[in-house]
Amino acid sequence: MSRYFTQDHEWIDVDGETGTVGISDYAQSQLGDIVFVEVPEEGKSLSKGDDAAVVESVKAASDVYAPVSGTVIEGNVALADDSSLVNSDPEGEGWFFKITLADASELDQLMDEQAYAAFVEKL
Amino acid sequence: MRYLPLTEHDRRDMLSVIGAGSIDDLFVDVPEAARLDGPVRDLPNHASELSVERHMTALARKNTVAGEVPFFLGAGAYRHHVPASVDHLIQRGEFLTAYTPYQPEIAQGTLQMLFEFQTQVARLLGTDVANASMYDGSTACWEAIGMARRITKRGEVVLSSGLHPHYVSVAQTMAKYTGDQLVYSTPNLDDAGDFASLLDYVDGDTSCVVVQYPDILGRIADLKPLADACHANKALLIAVVTEPVALGAIRSPGEMDADIVVGEGQSLGVGLQFGGPYVGLFGCKEKYVRQMPGRLCGETVDADGRRGFVLTLSTREQHIRREKATSNICTNSGLCALAFSIHMTLLGEAGLRQLAATNHANAVAAAERLAQVPGVNLVNDTFFNEFTLDLGREARPIVRALAERGVLAGVSLGRLYPGEDELANGLIVAVTETVTREDIDALATALEEVLA
Amino acid sequence: MSINQSGWRPEMTVKGTDTAAPTFTGNKALMLEEALIFEIGSSETTGVEVAEPVAATSRFGDLARTAPIGLPGLSEPETVRHYTRLSRQNYAIDLGLFPLGSCTMKHNPRLNEKMARLSGFADVHPLQPIDTVQGALGVIHQLAHWLVTLTGMHSVAMSPKAGAHGELCGILAIKAALEAKGEGQRRIILVPESAHGTNPATAAFAGFAVEDIPATADGRVDTNALIARLGPDVAGVMITNPNTCGLFERDLKTISDAVHAAGGYVYCDGANFNAIVGRVRPGDLGVDAMHINLHKTFSTPHGGGGPGSGPVVFSERLTAFAPLPFVEEQDGRFELVEEENAGEHHAQSFGRMVAFHGQMGMFTRALTYILSHGADGLRQVAEDAVLNANYVLRSLEDVLDAPFGKAGPCMHEALFSDANLADGFSTLDVAKGLIDEGFHPMTVYFPLVVHGAMLVEPTETESKAALDQFIGALRSVAERAKAGDAGLKSAPHFAPRARLDETLAARKPKLVWKEPAPVAQAAE
Repeated sequence: MSRYFTQDHEWIDVDGETGTVGISDYAQSQLGDIVFVEVPEEGKSLSKGDDAAVVESVKAASDVYAPVSGTVIEGNVALADDSSLVNSDPEGEGWFFKITLADASELDQLMDEQAYAAFVEKL
Repeated sequence: MRYLPLTEHDRRDMLSVIGAGSIDDLFVDVPEAARLDGPVRDLPNHASELSVERHMTALARKNTVAGEVPFFLGAGAYRHHVPASVDHLIQRGEFLTAYTPYQPEIAQGTLQMLFEFQTQVARLLGTDVANASMYDGSTACWEAIGMARRITKRGEVVLSSGLHPHYVSVAQTMAKYTGDQLVYSTPNLDDAGDFASLLDYVDGDTSCVVVQYPDILGRIADLKPLADACHANKALLIAVVTEPVALGAIRSPGEMDADIVVGEGQSLGVGLQFGGPYVGLFGCKEKYVRQMPGRLCGETVDADGRRGFVLTLSTREQHIRREKATSNICTNSGLCALAFSIHMTLLGEAGLRQLAATNHANAVAAAERLAQVPGVNLVNDTFFNEFTLDLGREARPIVRALAERGVLAGVSLGRLYPGEDELANGLIVAVTETVTREDIDALATALEEVLA
Repeated sequence: MSINQSGWRPEMTVKGTDTAAPTFTGNKALMLEEALIFEIGSSETTGVEVAEPVAATSRFGDLARTAPIGLPGLSEPETVRHYTRLSRQNYAIDLGLFPLGSCTMKHNPRLNEKMARLSGFADVHPLQPIDTVQGALGVIHQLAHWLVTLTGMHSVAMSPKAGAHGELCGILAIKAALEAKGEGQRRIILVPESAHGTNPATAAFAGFAVEDIPATADGRVDTNALIARLGPDVAGVMITNPNTCGLFERDLKTISDAVHAAGGYVYCDGANFNAIVGRVRPGDLGVDAMHINLHKTFSTPHGGGGPGSGPVVFSERLTAFAPLPFVEEQDGRFELVEEENAGEHHAQSFGRMVAFHGQMGMFTRALTYILSHGADGLRQVAEDAVLNANYVLRSLEDVLDAPFGKAGPCMHEALFSDANLADGFSTLDVAKGLIDEGFHPMTVYFPLVVHGAMLVEPTETESKAALDQFIGALRSVAERAKAGDAGLKSAPHFAPRARLDETLAARKPKLVWKEPAPVAQAAE
């Protein structure tokens, strides 16, 4: 299994045909206390770069973009009850949704962990 | 000028601190061609309180005051007695001259009041939650339709023929820009309302059905079958209440499973004011709260653990979401919401129930008396404090003739539905607690004379 | 639902910030805590006497209410005390300087209140026969006349309920005008990045796509970038003048000419009209539509968040598309032009925005205000507003960073940034420190183009003494923030509440009061 990052601070873990998507630790630290998360419904079809989810802190609302194209197979229902999971475990329990990969080659345009760390360093 | 504290001496001192030679130096960025070289022409110079008061009073005298004549107008704005303490309290400077409570530490008065208002409104409408108010009933109605679109992601809107025609007009204006498809027809004096026939319009493309309760003609009907039909099709039922006092006597729309209930709150605390400012009420089921427009006040705690209130869920709003906001609304109708809330607090459950009962009793007495006028028929089977009469001939000139006799008789359907010949004989009559037995007799007698 | 009032006190789950022992009531002398009406009222109590209903047969069908509503009532003395106590927890213009930038918190003359309450205005129904409301229509007509005169425009729509509603009115008129010309393909509205959030929200609502236009280093819209973006897909621009940085957009006439030449329209956000009223007419700058916040420039009270009123003035090019209803004078008599009679000469109107005719109560106040000030007084309003703001700017620019201070005078607002504050200290800390000094904070974090923005609008109704006290207070707080005074991080210390937990409020929204769950009785 391998993890990729976008320049918009989403991460995606790829396991065969499916990916799990969330926002990076850097992103949650920038947003502050997360108070609400809206995840996409199962079956929603997304193109790479589409608005996929919404994450809100007290003073900001941000869109989370689909890092790859595909069909949503599951949204993380735990976030509806406890959005603070995004703060406490952004790259684990605080995942947003799972998606089937329509085109695995889209992953080539994303960063690996090392490249993303370097990218964040420069911000 | 009595409102401007700076003296000429102050102005000179301040200009020298600034380092400017004259006030004109501070307007250097205005292109010369756009600078007015002197006071605006035509407008007289400043005037004393006394002379302005004379001017305004002269204008005020040219209007017929509702409280000075037998008065029966309703149709979306109702004349009720407002207790003296309401106006006293809303004129306290700390309410009157405060701003939107963006700094909650020094705005707990407004915030606690809004929290109380939201609770009162939600309980009255029978909804789980309510917001901190909207501009008025007509804009609240439109915002509810927009909210239904966001929730259902559908654009077909079924408007009941009993919905206030101005509310329909506002919805029609806005729908031109949002692309919603509105289904609407004007009301019919011969049936008991259109709720049964609306069932046929609800299908899998319906975003929402909008009904008024009591409706524009004053009729009351059960919302539950419509709510069930909407929910079977995953559509929403929006109920509009233009006379909230009615809910002291009849079941609330929320009880009958309406999803969004909006209303005009003017009846309580606000007064007629020739149409505004009024206060829009907006309640809904809890599961839709994040799609709700307008300001919301919520309970929290401060750093010392004490209960306090803040504006919350503001990420729905324009100042954060900008072009993705649920609505472009920036203000609510705070001071009118305060007046509404104070009036509700003075009434309480017991007072509101009694007020509603008195309104209804007066209306029943008036309906019975007026139906005895030769040629006049009561249209309604059901009503609260407002009903429609069929005068047997065009009502609009009759209303004018009655006004000349010093009786403000009601709202003719010809005024509300110009060009609709089938409705031209209709007259909507509202009878609140402010109407006396003598007023009813005066209307009946004048009507007999004019119709004879 | 009734809990004995004398037994109620706010809970203190965390130790208080002051060292004195907490009082039994939670009160601090004149700072009085107050319970919710649901905790002190009862469903039997009422402060209103209503005539006993005469017996009547119910006409409710089977819909008579059976369930209780759950409304607490209070007697009149309890009601007066409840709301008086609540009022004392609010800051207000009547208490002191309220420098909230872009909100124009000026004194609200009490004559305006008195006039709005004349029964000839307050107790008149919107649907009375036209002959019985000639005075009310006269107020609308006179106010409309002076708004058109003061702005140098062609007409005015009076019905919009507030500023954002006015913006919508202007943008819908632009949309209607484009469609009438068969130019529905113009889908882009250009908005400077410093714009208020209502601008993009409004444009998006009307179905336009919003494109940001960058700002220049001196805080104005980048004229070259804006003009370069014009084309057959651009419907128009929304531009605020004076802008949200408190600066006059010098190039507005040039921009307007270019937008018109490219087939678009110019919407001006008139939120800041107070700075130029009586000195500059937007009509002379090529504006096609502009809303006027009567609750700002013309001093109708803000009321803790409304009601507002947002009439929109139009150029001749847009007048035909203005909304219904409006008032016309015909042979000395006022007529209300509505759907039924619009057909004759106003057939292109985009329609109705509200039930009835607009915020009449605000119209009487605004007309009273205009007549009180007159032509000379209104010009003095703009001059003193600008003078006061520049005085604040120059008195504080040595201690706070003024990002556009070097570029010249400001208009009615002085803009500062957080650039000079110590590490770990923010604009929010300065704002909360000002609360302890007895002032409402300035507008913070707006406009977004300046980091940690502090936008100070003193208005013209402040005396020099009041300004000097405010300047002293802000200087003191700024110096503490520069020195890293830790006490500022937990300010306010002297307000009715300390900083409130907004995260908690948003995560688990409690929007209505609910009866607390009954506490389990201890075994006896």
